[in-house]
Amino acid sequence: MQADIFAKRRNESLIFFTLLAILTVGSIIITQYDVLKGFTSIAKALIWGCTNFYPDAGSMQKLADILPKLWETVLMSIASTTVAAVFAILLALAGSRTTRMNSLFSVISRGIASLFRNIPLVAWAMVLMLAFSQSPLTGYLALFFGSFGFLARAFMETIDEVSNNAVEALQAAGASYFHIIFQAVLPSSMPQMISWLLYMIDTNIRDATLVGILTGTGIGFSFDLFYKRLDYHAASLVVLLVVITVIVIESISNYVRRVIL
Amino acid sequence: MALLELKNVTKYYNNATPALSEVSFEVREGEFVSVIGPSGAGKSTLLRCINRMIEVSGGEIYFDGVIASKLRKRDLRKLRTKIGMIFQHYNLVDRLTVLENVLHGRLGYKSTLAGVLGRYSEEEKKQALEIIKLLGLTDQVYKRCDQLSGGQKQRVGIARALVQNPKMILCDEPIASLDPNASKIIMDHLRNISREMGITLVVNLHQFNVALKYSDRIIGVNKGMVVFDGAPEDLSAEQISDIYGSESGDLIIEPGEKNAS
Repeated sequence: MQADIFAKRRNESLIFFTLLAILTVGSIIITQYDVLKGFTSIAKALIWGCTNFYPDAGSMQKLADILPKLWETVLMSIASTTVAAVFAILLALAGSRTTRMNSLFSVISRGIASLFRNIPLVAWAMVLMLAFSQSPLTGYLALFFGSFGFLARAFMETIDEVSNNAVEALQAAGASYFHIIFQAVLPSSMPQMISWLLYMIDTNIRDATLVGILTGTGIGFSFDLFYKRLDYHAASLVVLLVVITVIVIESISNYVRRVIL
Repeated sequence: MALLELKNVTKYYNNATPALSEVSFEVREGEFVSVIGPSGAGKSTLLRCINRMIEVSGGEIYFDGVIASKLRKRDLRKLRTKIGMIFQHYNLVDRLTVLENVLHGRLGYKSTLAGVLGRYSEEEKKQALEIIKLLGLTDQVYKRCDQLSGGQKQRVGIARALVQNPKMILCDEPIASLDPNASKIIMDHLRNISREMGITLVVNLHQFNVALKYSDRIIGVNKGMVVFDGAPEDLSAEQISDIYGSESGDLIIEPGEKNAS
């Protein structure tokens, strides 16, 4: 009997990996992707990058143009994320199993959260472009909607995970709904929520570059401009600065996370 | 006079078998009642039906002269302030201090705004500190609850129940997660509460030797039905096997032990 279990387990993994292999090979054939060429061109890209895509002395003069844009992007990411977080908390409270008012509201809230979360950032940017054309507002709103969906979902899970027991105790003591939210749910879940918020700010600075290319704002617009002018040195400086900024913000948020958790 | 009276209380979770069927008993003021029975017998459900954390499917519950099972929202909150509750997993807000957790017991008396902001009167704080002292937690008053041991956490739980000025305290497996030392401290505190403050206690217990030692009365529950209701001295070997559904000889604890301590 026991031997059967082992045989069954082995067969299961065999089937799984066979399916995976078929899927991979199938996709390659259907899309006519040339694997060999794909790998060899990585080397070519690297060589091109090393010879062209690096900041030089000339590009440093453009620093004065780039830095304000970078600053604008950072501020926009922080603003859109924090505002999104406030709305996300409200939605999460309505949708969480622990704090929901009733199941209908909860289902609706969860639906809204997953709708916002599952529409890609790029799609938001393109759709919003139609409404607001190329303006900072478009970029801001695209980041806002993306963060809103993601944070609402993350907050819901945090609330469910963290505060179930204490909520029961406060209910049993005769506390009202708002007492429970402010005295048990928020104190228990705040550190984890802040941690999610910091993560989202990181992510948004990175994404803001992409959104910027599409909506013509912030650092992404600078990159796009330099790139299209074939000024690869300046474009590479932009990339480098974004990387540095993200690393700095990430280490700050790691530090904050360590302190609050 | 009976403080608490259950009349034919029945609870169905789904349509199959009842979690509680036709449970009837009375609890007099100041009594220390233990509810014993195997896991899944309906002990927790029974306790939570009393303060309506779980709604009953049938039957009636009287507490302190009112029909608890018929109260509307506001009156239900008022009822719950008179009934403290202690949990197996303490159900504290781990990130808050001992004092803050104890004061949560006052939330049932608070207006929405005062409770949300956590504004407690001087008398309330003084009373909380007195109770904390009584339970030997003075050194821990400003410590966060995640820094306490299990036994200390449970004492915070007891303090939170006491600060409600309750007529009755429901204890759901108060010592199931504690070592023998801490268990004894908790049970001794519960006995003092019952004897010196005259607060009625209904305690779910797994350890029936503890139940025999501490309680004035024992209620044995099996498969949602009361199969024993009487003084600890009257609990015979056959009745124990009725409650636990096995030959008492098979149990780890010898029934003769009840006379030992």
